Amino acid sequence: MTLKQTPLYQMHLKYNGKIIDFGGWELPVQYEGMGIIKEHNMVREQAGLFDVSHMGEVFITGEKAEEYVQNLVCNDVKSMHDFQVMYSPMLYPSGGVVDDLLVYRYNQQKYLLVINAANVEKDFAWMQENLMAGVTAENVSGDYAQLALQGPKAQEILQKISDTDLESIKFFWFNPKVKIAGVECIVSRTGYTGEDGFEVYMKPAEAPLVWEAILEAGGEQVSPVGLGARDSLRFEAKLPLYGQEIDQDITPLEAGLGFFVKLDNDDFIGRAALLKQKEVGLKRKQVEFSMLGKGIPRVHYDVYKDGVCIGQVTTGLHAPTFKKPIGLALIDVKHSAPGTEIDIIIRDNAIKAVVGQGIFYKKKTRTNIK
Amino acid sequence: MNINENLLYTVEHEWISVEGNKGRIGISDYAQHHLGDIVYVELPEIEGSAAMGESIGVIESVKAVASMYSPVGGTVLEVNEELESAPELLNEDCYENWVAVIEISDPSEVDMLLDAKAYAAFCATLD
Repeated sequence: MTLKQTPLYQMHLKYNGKIIDFGGWELPVQYEGMGIIKEHNMVREQAGLFDVSHMGEVFITGEKAEEYVQNLVCNDVKSMHDFQVMYSPMLYPSGGVVDDLLVYRYNQQKYLLVINAANVEKDFAWMQENLMAGVTAENVSGDYAQLALQGPKAQEILQKISDTDLESIKFFWFNPKVKIAGVECIVSRTGYTGEDGFEVYMKPAEAPLVWEAILEAGGEQVSPVGLGARDSLRFEAKLPLYGQEIDQDITPLEAGLGFFVKLDNDDFIGRAALLKQKEVGLKRKQVEFSMLGKGIPRVHYDVYKDGVCIGQVTTGLHAPTFKKPIGLALIDVKHSAPGTEIDIIIRDNAIKAVVGQGIFYKKKTRTNIK
Repeated sequence: MNINENLLYTVEHEWISVEGNKGRIGISDYAQHHLGDIVYVELPEIEGSAAMGESIGVIESVKAVASMYSPVGGTVLEVNEELESAPELLNEDCYENWVAVIEISDPSEVDMLLDAKAYAAFCATLD
């Protein structure tokens, strides 16, 4: 199989990215001379620039676009305003997750859906399968490059090369016509790190120019950040990763994403299953935990209680911000109360851990811009 | 890449410095560089014994979990406990910061290891 390259591949080589195969894409896991921990801290303290061009984009247009998107996802699309962004899982009738995505509303007849790279084909097939008359779904993934500039200095840096006052873009809103370094971009105040920041979409051919302009404008306050820190940053902020915290066999209610499920809405795919799950009660639930014994929990490690397997770790890492290992696990709801001692099975040894609450990073996103 | 000329190496990127029947062991610069930021070391058990090439410890970076294999068969005499609280020392200087000292059970196994020149040639064949 030939690996795909993003329009920024040459930039990754230029900045000495350590390239890996990430779901068929050649992307940097980290950059030489930096490394995951330094890149992670850069985003928490100043700013980091990510190439996320592998993400997929689908335009939904037509008279019934709103109705269609509302049926497709479980969050409240009908309450959105023009130029607002919304996070939502997209479900199977079983309540399991097809993918999680961002919905950008241009107007009631035009939406942009941003989906995970590894799921583009599956998602687009699902969207077409559920298509209704008066709606067109167009996979435009190849027509857009995407950068994310994240961190407390993100706005200050991006402002230097923008023609628009970025303060006018509120948290989870976007502006489809911002010139960055002279290039027309879609800019949203969104991200996957728990910090303030922006996601910027542009034509692939212009991505290297924007990338370089951001690094130049940021100087010492910004550095390129690879996939390694992208994962540790999103994890610390407790943002779910498709394939780990959520997948086709895990419902958003089990994954603790109930906030993004609006069961009061008339109908959406998966609603009946979730209503039933809520009525019967959850059998398993995502929990936070910290280690009491020594060791680092990792994805898929078993979780035990009194010698019985009660679930699995969905993500575990040495959290760079806290300088200690923490984890998320999907476990039997009976043992999910904070304070419950559990065992994480690390290389056949049962290592003590404790269910926690509020032990993850407190997001610094700017939810309060007027 | 930094290869210490006075050490012997394995293809799994451990080093050993042999003095009499004792061997001081650690991981190579290639290993620490490829692992990235090292955040956890599970040290070998003192008095534990291992055959040549058997796993005696674990080294974890942010992203990866790697076994450390005993370069030759032996019994663990000492471990570098400093690595428990400061695993990043392996990134800072992987030759100064050893992992364990073992008593070598069969000195003839030492002859099977790579010298610095052979190890450098081997590393050149990788990525």
